[in-house]
Amino acid sequence: MGVLSRVFPIATVVAAIMVIWYGFAVYLNAPWQIDQYEKTGVEWQMRDLVRDTMAHDRPILPAPHQIVTEIWKTTVEKKITSKRSLIFHGGVTLSSTMLGFLMGTILGIGLAVSIVENRAMDKSLMPWIITSQTIPILAIAPMIIVVLNSVGLSGLVPKALISTYLSFFPVVVGMVKGLRSPDPMHIDLMRTYKASRLQMFWKLRLPASVPFLFASMKVAVAISLVGAIVGELPTGAVAGLGARLLAGSYYGQTIQIWSALISAACMAAVLVMLVGVVSHFTLRRMGLSQ
Amino acid sequence: MSDTKGSKGSGRDHVISADKLCLTFDSNDGPVHALKDVDLTIEKGDFVSFIGPSGCGKTTLLRVIADLENPTSGSITVNGMTPEEARLQRAYGYVFQAPALLAWRTIERNVGLPLEIMGLSAAEKAARVARTLELVGLDGFGRKFPWQLSGGMQQRASIARALAFDADLLLMDEPFGALDEIVRDHLNEQLLQLWNKTGKTICFVTHSIPEAVYLSNKIVVMSPRPGRVTDVIESDLPADRPLDIRESKKFLEIAQRVRTGLREGHSYE
Repeated sequence: MGVLSRVFPIATVVAAIMVIWYGFAVYLNAPWQIDQYEKTGVEWQMRDLVRDTMAHDRPILPAPHQIVTEIWKTTVEKKITSKRSLIFHGGVTLSSTMLGFLMGTILGIGLAVSIVENRAMDKSLMPWIITSQTIPILAIAPMIIVVLNSVGLSGLVPKALISTYLSFFPVVVGMVKGLRSPDPMHIDLMRTYKASRLQMFWKLRLPASVPFLFASMKVAVAISLVGAIVGELPTGAVAGLGARLLAGSYYGQTIQIWSALISAACMAAVLVMLVGVVSHFTLRRMGLSQ
Repeated sequence: MSDTKGSKGSGRDHVISADKLCLTFDSNDGPVHALKDVDLTIEKGDFVSFIGPSGCGKTTLLRVIADLENPTSGSITVNGMTPEEARLQRAYGYVFQAPALLAWRTIERNVGLPLEIMGLSAAEKAARVARTLELVGLDGFGRKFPWQLSGGMQQRASIARALAFDADLLLMDEPFGALDEIVRDHLNEQLLQLWNKTGKTICFVTHSIPEAVYLSNKIVVMSPRPGRVTDVIESDLPADRPLDIRESKKFLEIAQRVRTGLREGHSYE
């Protein structure tokens, strides 16, 4: 009953959200619909209102089934290579998300190791790392894209760099905490064995930091996706889920906006879940999860 | 009443020799005299218990021997060299109050940790690990993780680890403090058998009078504020002691002498 007991609460919450969503869809789209009725002089009842508000072309709030239909149309019914395919756009965003996540993780681990092992780095780097995150990403992203385009780097790399910029921070913070987590008794133990600093790092600090690393990576992968989408906005909406979002808002295609939004959310959920699965199996093998 | 430098024969080598050893910690309430003018001599093959209430400096003294703390004045030699040199030569095994096992390693790999750091070959490591696990009665538990073992078994694994690289000196800081009495009795017996079999020098910190008298052939009574040695008692109980020797007259006499020493040092105030 393990799987069922985990799925059931989530399913309940999702069902509740659906009910509330449908309610709001009717409520928010009603004014325009009632307007239409009055213009065309049609007699209407609640039943008609409910049915019609869920079939708008450009609703204020699309009903869930409209979004699902749109997603279906743009994924299954389109060729992957088509410029209208959500899979194509999802793939573009995913590629810069993954590249940014990878670079951010490596950068984060590297910085954390140097901060923990070197006092000079500890004192000088940490304040700058924290400051770097206080600048709103929406302000920096266009600058990064423009600067990198001017030196010939365009497309995947600038977006991945924005993702890197956002995702390295949780990794640094988590890893520093993790590398410093062994308690003094363990450190004393290693000293009684005349362990070198390198041995202390490999045998004690690094394994102790793995749970912290995985926790940070979950945050990092989600925020990396945000970075990729933000990176797609300034370039005038060429490709990617962010581009679809932007294009939808230019042309007032609210269903398109929502379908891109839901797809991005689902992709983030899947990525975090994947990190969670890797984390679970790794920690089990290490004997760290009971 | 102090038998400080007292020992029979100058021919035996002093494993540990301390002379007017002092250690003062600076804290926000002023200086804390953890150790004051400690004179101590420990010979090869001795089983020495350090007993006293909390704050009498017994753990601090053990840590100074292990080069985990630095004395502020006085001198101390371990195996004829400074504690630091002794540590760098891996002259002792240290057992902490808590098992201090690495949670991500199996018991085998935990016991093999010092051997890994020393760079022994895989075959040599495996042989020593198997030998020490058998010595403490944990053979068959090598592949388990620490969380799968009880507290007593974890502490036994910790002792096995301290024995793995065959150092002649064993420093133990209240290793059985967190265990229940039944397990404690059992482990006391095993430790005594181990001592008889290997002839190592053992320094054992405890705050249990029966444990101190049962295990050792020399009892160092310490008192707090400032931490100092009030008495050194040579015990002549037979080396092969069953547990019920704890009810014998000789045992109770020695225990009484320990208690008197503690009282004289104001340990009961």
